[in-house]
Amino acid sequence: MKITRRHLLILLPAAAAAWESVLAGTPESSPNYRLTEHWWSMLIDIPKCIGCGNCVSACAAENNVPEGHFRTWVERYHVKDWDLTDPEIISPDGGKEGFPEAQDEGGKYFFVPKLCNQCADSPCTQVCPVGATFVTPDGAVLIDQTYCLGCAYCVQACPYGCRYIHPEKKVADKCTLCYHRITKGLTTACCEACPTGARQLVDLKNPKDPIHEFLRTHSVQILKPQMATGAKVFYNGLDGAVR
Amino acid sequence: MNGVEGFMYPNEVELVWSILIVLYPYITGLVAGAFILASLERVFRVEAVKPTYRLALLTALSFLLVAPLPLQLHLGHPERSPEMYFTPHSTSAMAMFGYVYLWYLMAVLVFEIWLDYRREIVLLWQSSRGLKRWIYWIMTLGSSNISERSLHIDERVGWIVTLVGIPSAFLLHGYVGFIFGSIKANPWWSSPMMPVVFIFSAMVSGIACVMVLYMAVTKLRRKKIDMRCVDTIAMYLFYTFIIDFSLEMLDLVHRIYEADESFRSLNFMVHTKLYFSHIVIQIFLGTLAPLVLLAVTQVTTLPEAARKRCYALAGTLTLIGIFAMRWNVVIGGQLFSKSFAGYTSYKVSLVTREGLLVSIALILLPLGILWVLVKLLPPWPEETGPHAAAAD
Repeated sequence: MKITRRHLLILLPAAAAAWESVLAGTPESSPNYRLTEHWWSMLIDIPKCIGCGNCVSACAAENNVPEGHFRTWVERYHVKDWDLTDPEIISPDGGKEGFPEAQDEGGKYFFVPKLCNQCADSPCTQVCPVGATFVTPDGAVLIDQTYCLGCAYCVQACPYGCRYIHPEKKVADKCTLCYHRITKGLTTACCEACPTGARQLVDLKNPKDPIHEFLRTHSVQILKPQMATGAKVFYNGLDGAVR
Repeated sequence: MNGVEGFMYPNEVELVWSILIVLYPYITGLVAGAFILASLERVFRVEAVKPTYRLALLTALSFLLVAPLPLQLHLGHPERSPEMYFTPHSTSAMAMFGYVYLWYLMAVLVFEIWLDYRREIVLLWQSSRGLKRWIYWIMTLGSSNISERSLHIDERVGWIVTLVGIPSAFLLHGYVGFIFGSIKANPWWSSPMMPVVFIFSAMVSGIACVMVLYMAVTKLRRKKIDMRCVDTIAMYLFYTFIIDFSLEMLDLVHRIYEADESFRSLNFMVHTKLYFSHIVIQIFLGTLAPLVLLAVTQVTTLPEAARKRCYALAGTLTLIGIFAMRWNVVIGGQLFSKSFAGYTSYKVSLVTREGLLVSIALILLPLGILWVLVKLLPPWPEETGPHAAAAD
């Protein structure tokens, strides 16, 4: 096809606008996405987790997570016998590189992936002095980093240790449930990287989501239910020793 | 990992609230306490403490002017802090600080000081020359009427402002306690006792601060310390301290007896990482020692020189003890993991934005401001009469 002056006049402004978008890092819009039709959460199937750390690496790469901080991490528990109050817990570098081989010291070993629980009654959003962190209508807890003061009150208020102050941006940071992906019909980076399907993004408002069947047929639990945060990350096979 | 024992959630290893956040409740506590001491004379007509009335007000103002600085320095984006005024988040305990602070600063302290000093300001304006004249002229706020009727109105309004000021002082510091006490994620902080303990500890520290300042400044001025005044302040310090200590012990006993899921962790921390600052400094050196000293002055008849030494020592130890209490609350509350499975460490840096040098500067700054205020508005009764002003 021959590019005429007429074509050029049409294409150039479009190309300029597109280039500006690229430079500004403007996220791709998702016109068909309706906030009110979703209520996002996650299912963690503990017996399926093998502690490979792929989820941690994928999250760090996808979200430019600063070194030494974690939007998601994996803990390994060693519960020796009946004493659930004193488990041995390790998470070397958040479990990013996997775990050292477990010694046969009796008891049981298991892995627990952790991430922001996207609480419906989140104490972190409650305490933010300027409302820079908020629960979206589709159930994700996000931070407007252009508005956050960096006071770290939310970091103190999170019972799960999921927030941190970004060392370069000097604002609060945390798991966004890969909001930039899920609003485009993709799954989260961690779910995508999980080789065993131990992590599943779920949409509680979608009646066809298999989570409903799963919840009906399994004993699931949330972390620290006594905190009454409305946590939405569900754990299958959660041991009483996990905190 | 760095100074970690056991298991911490990986994002918890570094403390996010530093020594600056220790200074914040410490300084606001001194403000509230100093103001409450001042109100003893104004509202409750405790004439004996009159020599410290104005000094207490100026002390409160000096510290209040510095109170937001540690917060500002701590913020990741201090330039965004005005958003707390413009778009406050109604469910946040911290969001209201700006308003409580402004209310206390402008509607209570500055207003009360202005009303109380208005006559002197006008006289000083009329008798001064040069820059000082300009400064006093601004301080008159265009009101140079010092007729008897107008001064009587000042007195009545001042009384009302002080009356409003007492609950405001309680609000200011009780609110600071609420900022910590309402964090359910942290069992070291989460307690309905927190605001009450903060209020009483604020009164203790403020009273001790004004007592020590009064004694030190009077000595520097080579004047005679009014022992009736200091005896009365010490008595109030003693009784307030007993209430404060009882409340803290009640909280401690309650925690020990209840021994909930966090107890093992907190107990371990008090016996190891916080042993020195909590048991040695806060409880023994900063609470029991001054209480014993003050008790001795209450139940025995000591000579004047011995009483002065007791008060000076008790006051200084009290100030150290209350600082330790703030340290143990703020830093202690971040040393253990919310998983209750491990502990981290905190090392104060020296020259960083949130370091030791900045903290020392922030603690000394109010004393500098107080020096300027005392020069401008002498708080000593013998220097504020019309003759003194005319002779200036």
